[in-house]
Formats: sequence, C-alpha cells, structure tokens
Amino acid sequence: MTHDVTLTPVMSDNWDADRSWTLRTYESRGGYSALRKALTMAPDDVITVVKDSGLRGRGGAGFPTGMKWGFIPQGDDKPHYLVVNADEAEPGTCKDIPLMLASPHTLIEGVIISSYAIRASVAFIYIRGEVLHVVRRLQQAVSEAYRAGHLGADIGGSGYALDLVVHAGAGAYICGEETALLDSLEGRRGQPRLRPPFPAVAGLYACPTVINNVESIASVPSIVANGSDWFGSMGTEKSKGMTLYSLSGHVEGPGQYEAPLGITLRQLLDLAGGVRAGHELKFWTPGGSSTPLLTAEHLDVPLDYEAVAGAGSMLGTKALQIFDETTCVVRAVLRWTEFYKHESCGKCTPCREGTWWLVQTLQRLEDGSGTETDLDVLVDLCDNILGRSFCALGDGATSPITSSIEYFRDEYLTHINDGGCPFDPQAATLFAASQHAGARA
Amino acid sequence: MGQKDPLTPVSNVSTSDNEGGDTSIAATTSRLIGDPAFPTEALPELHAIIARYPHPRSALLPMLHLVQSVAGHVTPGGIETCARLLEITAAEVSAVATFYTMYKRRPVGDYHVGVCTNTLCAVMGGDAIFDRLKDHLDVGNDETTEDGAITLEHVECNAACDYAPVVMVNWEFFDNQTPESAVQLVDDLRDGGEVHPTRGARVVTWRNAERVLAGFPDGRADEGPAAGPATLAGLRLARQHGWTAPSPDGNGSHRTHSDPRQVSDQSAYPGGDDVEVAKSGADTRTGEGSDAR
Repeated sequence: MTHDVTLTPVMSDNWDADRSWTLRTYESRGGYSALRKALTMAPDDVITVVKDSGLRGRGGAGFPTGMKWGFIPQGDDKPHYLVVNADEAEPGTCKDIPLMLASPHTLIEGVIISSYAIRASVAFIYIRGEVLHVVRRLQQAVSEAYRAGHLGADIGGSGYALDLVVHAGAGAYICGEETALLDSLEGRRGQPRLRPPFPAVAGLYACPTVINNVESIASVPSIVANGSDWFGSMGTEKSKGMTLYSLSGHVEGPGQYEAPLGITLRQLLDLAGGVRAGHELKFWTPGGSSTPLLTAEHLDVPLDYEAVAGAGSMLGTKALQIFDETTCVVRAVLRWTEFYKHESCGKCTPCREGTWWLVQTLQRLEDGSGTETDLDVLVDLCDNILGRSFCALGDGATSPITSSIEYFRDEYLTHINDGGCPFDPQAATLFAASQHAGARA
Repeated sequence: MGQKDPLTPVSNVSTSDNEGGDTSIAATTSRLIGDPAFPTEALPELHAIIARYPHPRSALLPMLHLVQSVAGHVTPGGIETCARLLEITAAEVSAVATFYTMYKRRPVGDYHVGVCTNTLCAVMGGDAIFDRLKDHLDVGNDETTEDGAITLEHVECNAACDYAPVVMVNWEFFDNQTPESAVQLVDDLRDGGEVHPTRGARVVTWRNAERVLAGFPDGRADEGPAAGPATLAGLRLARQHGWTAPSPDGNGSHRTHSDPRQVSDQSAYPGGDDVEVAKSGADTRTGEGSDAR
C-alpha cells in the first residue's frame, strides 16, 4: 500500500487511553483546550474556521457544516438551539455509539464550541434509548463538564452560558431524520416536517436550530485546535478531512478505521485482513442500507461524497457492510425491506403502503413462489416511492431493491426457477467455520 | 394524595386557567398530583424531568421511561399522570406511547433480551440465535417467560454491527454471540447471578435501566471497558505502524488522490444522472445531515 494510505486517528486517538471516558483523562491529553481557544474568538470567526475547513455532515447527506451554521439568523430575538443527532440506527452504522462510549467529552467539547458559534444557550444530545451504557457515560461526562465550569453560567470566565441536556429516545429509526427528531424532542410522535421552513429558521420550538450528527460535532474541536488547513490536508479536494469508516460482516477485522476521506474499500480491506478467509466479496453497502449496493467491481471507488455518487450510490454514513458469496442477496434485501416497513412513520402514503407491498412481493420471491412479473412490480413500486415520499426513509427503502435487481437479477431468477432459496443460511454465520470444524472433529 | 409536591415548578401552578373549561379546584389539583392509580412517590421525579426543558412537553419521552421504571410498563395510570402534569390529553400521551417500540403496553420481564435480526446480524447468525432462544425459552416474539424473568424480542440494528451477531440485555451489549452463548446467557440471567455485558455495566433489571434512560444516573458509568477490540481495530493498526494524523504545523499531507478514471467515468454509469437527481431531491426534502434517512 502506498504512503498515502495511512490511518489518521484524531477522534479515535484517545480511545485506548486508560479510563478514556473521564474528564481527567480527556484533559490530560489536551482536551478542552480547543474550547478555551474558541472562547477567545468571535462566534462568527469560529463559523468561518469550520466553513473553511470544508467539514461536511457525517450523518449521511454530507452538507457543509459551517454553511449550515451560517444559515442561523443573527441579531434576532429568538433563542437558538443546537441539537446533536445521536440517534444512530441506520443499518450497518456503528461509529457514533463507540465514539460516545469511549470519549463522550470529545462530543461535549464540540457541542460547547458549536453552540457558542451559533449563539445557542441550550443544547440537546438526542441519543437513541437502546444504548444504556452510552447514556450513562454521556450523563456522567455532562455532569463532570458542569463541575469543571465547561458548562453552565460564565464558561471559562467568558460570560458565555450553556446548558446541555442528554435526552434518550425510545426506539424509532425515523427520529434520525432531523425534523422527525425535532418533533420527538418536543414530546410528539417522531414524524418528519414539511420544509420550508427549514430548522435553521424554525426548528425546535419554532426557533432557529442547528441539527448535526455526532461525528460532525466531534470533528469540531480538532478543527478549531489545529486549523482549517490542517483538516484540509487530509481527504480529497471536495471531501476534506478524516472520518470514521465502519467495517462489518464477512471481514477478518471488523471495526472502526479512521482514515482520510477518499480511501477505497480495497485499501480498507487490506488493512482489515481481507474478506473472511476462504471467501470472496459479493456485495457491500458504502454507507448503510439506504445507500445502493455495490459489488467487487467498485472496490477501487474512492470513498468520498463525489466518487461514490458517481458510482451510483451514496457515501452515507460510511457503514461498510461486507457480504461474501454465502449470502443470499434476496434474503438480505427482504430483511432490510421489512425494517423499512416496520420503521415507516405512516405519515405519507407512498412509504406507508409502498413498503408493505414491497415486503409482500419480496417474500414471494425469497420463498420461491414469485414470478418474473414480481421483479417488474418491485421496480414499478420503487419508482413510485423514490422521490415521492415525504422524507428520505422511503427513498432509502428503494436503494437495496433497485440496486440488487441491477446487479443480481439472475439470483432473483434462480429463486423463481428453483422454487426456493438456494442458499444455506448456516454457511453465512459467524460460527459456521467453528461448527464445521466441530462436526469434523 | 392531596399534598403538593415541593418540586412543582411555579409555572405549572399558575396555569390552572386552562382552556378546557374545567377550572374547579379538584380538577386543578388533580393535574398536580397525577392519577390515583399511579404511585405518588414518583411525582417529584416526574416534575424534575419537566424542569429540565424549556417547554414542558419535551419531557414526555423521559417521563414515559420513568413510568415504565415505576410501573413495569406504560400503564393507564401512568398515561393519565403524564397527561395531567403536562396539561395535555391522555389520548395525546397514548399517541406518543404507541409510536415508540421501547414503550411496552404489557408487563416486561426483569430482563429484556433483544436479538438483532436486521440484515447484517441476521446473516451473521442472529436468525439462528433468535430461533434457538424462542425454542429454549418457549416464547414467541415480544413474549415473557412464565416466571416473569425474560422478555424476548427481535430488535432492529443497534449500532454494533462490527460485533455481529449482537444480543442486547436491558440495552447492554453482548457482542459476537452464538446460539450456545445466548442460551447460556439467558440461563445465567434466570439463575439470578451477576451477568456482565461485553461492553457495559453489570446487568441491572429492566426497570432500573428505564430509570437511567429517564435521566436518573445509577452511578455505574465507570464500569466496563472504554471500547471493545473491533472499536480499536484501526487505532491498534495505526499504533503498530506509527501512523498518525498530520501535525498541525503542516508537515505531511494525507491527501488521498481521486482516481482520475472516476472523474471521466461518472457519466458512464447507467442511471448515474438519475441517481444524482434523486439524491439532490432527497437532500432538499430532508434538509442536511439527516443520517441518510
């Protein structure tokens, strides 16, 4: 591998430190020095640094973070709010949860700096409820930050005041959609809102609100500390900086790999010891199940926003789910589709009804009772959901279906012609090898 | 009953002139004391949750977590109490309680065992684990064993894919499970001994877990590791090879170079333009940074 392909731990750099989640450890490694620096700057200058860095939203859509902050009106009488989207639930995505478990203060320092920049005096971390110990670590870290004077009134003697509330959700994937998250945070069913108005104008309690992903906010302290040029020295021209890539599934070394944007899956697999021994790559997601599947022909696509879009998919959350040749793509897609059906909030018809019909049709195909016409029905249904549903959940539901039909139409046909699924699910499991060995012994 | 909770915020006391028309002293007081079917002792904490937020209704989700902690599930008395304290209708509270999967309308066992059966975990063995546990515990999905010890449920992606297949017990991570390890796990839970997750604190009861989610820490944050092996996979490799991010003084660029073929190939992908259009359309509707949902 070339010199360019090295890992660049920044956000993950303290994860192996002793009791990395504590304030003492975080500060002993320079933590909260970026906050001190930011408080000596004008809020607008903090926004400028983040704008200049080229940081783009790490929650999936890749919108420039500094520009988002710049949309917040200045000199208005309304309160401003920062809301951190810690509702990580996109299938395959597993970067924010380990970040908050190992180093909650990285996020909290980012929250304080970001809130200062947009002139918010109350911030929220909306974390999914199904991660008890991460909630504990956040609660304790917030409490430590208050005691140390990093939160509350007159932070660091600057006169700036901020309150931070850790808010646990209650199990609804749709709440990761930013306006559904706002409704949920207001104590309602999590359903997306019509736009405009955008949250920057009328968000939480109809006040100007910035909603950012955990990793985006956790990137801010290092940018403020080291400068926008430093950040831009990593990554590609339009996709700057380091980011967390999450490898999972049929790979020898699953886990978190913090690298400059633009690394390829081939390079990441090299680092991670390759696809499961004795097997070969069949399909993968670049950024969660809502991003169209890619195959072995896409191993050299740079994993940045532009190149992955050019390959017909989306960088999304950089959740690289790896599936080898033992995996039935129809089964995989059916399960994701059942997920979207379950998580559809019911607000709009294309998604609510469409995902229901998608599941019925895919179920027929997987169990061998489908026909070739069903494939046309699937494509037609997807065409009626994509771009016609109220939010991106419906769009995302079509991604695995249309991409799998594009790349694996023959496998669907085999199910139809064989009258069933030709795969042995046991062969795809983590424990397949050991059980096989056990049977031989 | 009847005694006023000292933590009641002033704003709640002064809002007795509600628009519902019922301004009798009894009705006003009942809003402050909750429903008779719900334990009075929990009222100060419900008020404490409300006090965290600029607008009272934002407290509803954590309040329902606390209701579950106190009553074992979302009870009619709990719904009525939340409604009275927030001055909204019981129907509005019910609408919220029925939307979120973590809120249960039937009593939950001491240990909620959630098996991830979203695609990646299912393929890696989650389906086999869930089948084995149903068989072993003799329950179906979202059912509780007769002894009230365990509620089994299949859950959606729990953000631990690099540890697949994953089982959650009271929302603590049990990583890289097999059918055998999962059977051992539920047996250990039923035996009542100490059970420790892979990454987290010693397993507490479901009700105690709900209390933490309501925002009342239990002092266990320091238990368990900072990270598991998969979390540290990249970092360990970087340490091994001496790889670091560039230093702030500008030495060493880590610019990755886009393959020039990609640029020229962009228009060659069938449907590439459509995808681009659809994507930008999605961005417009969902706003930015919305987790690609």
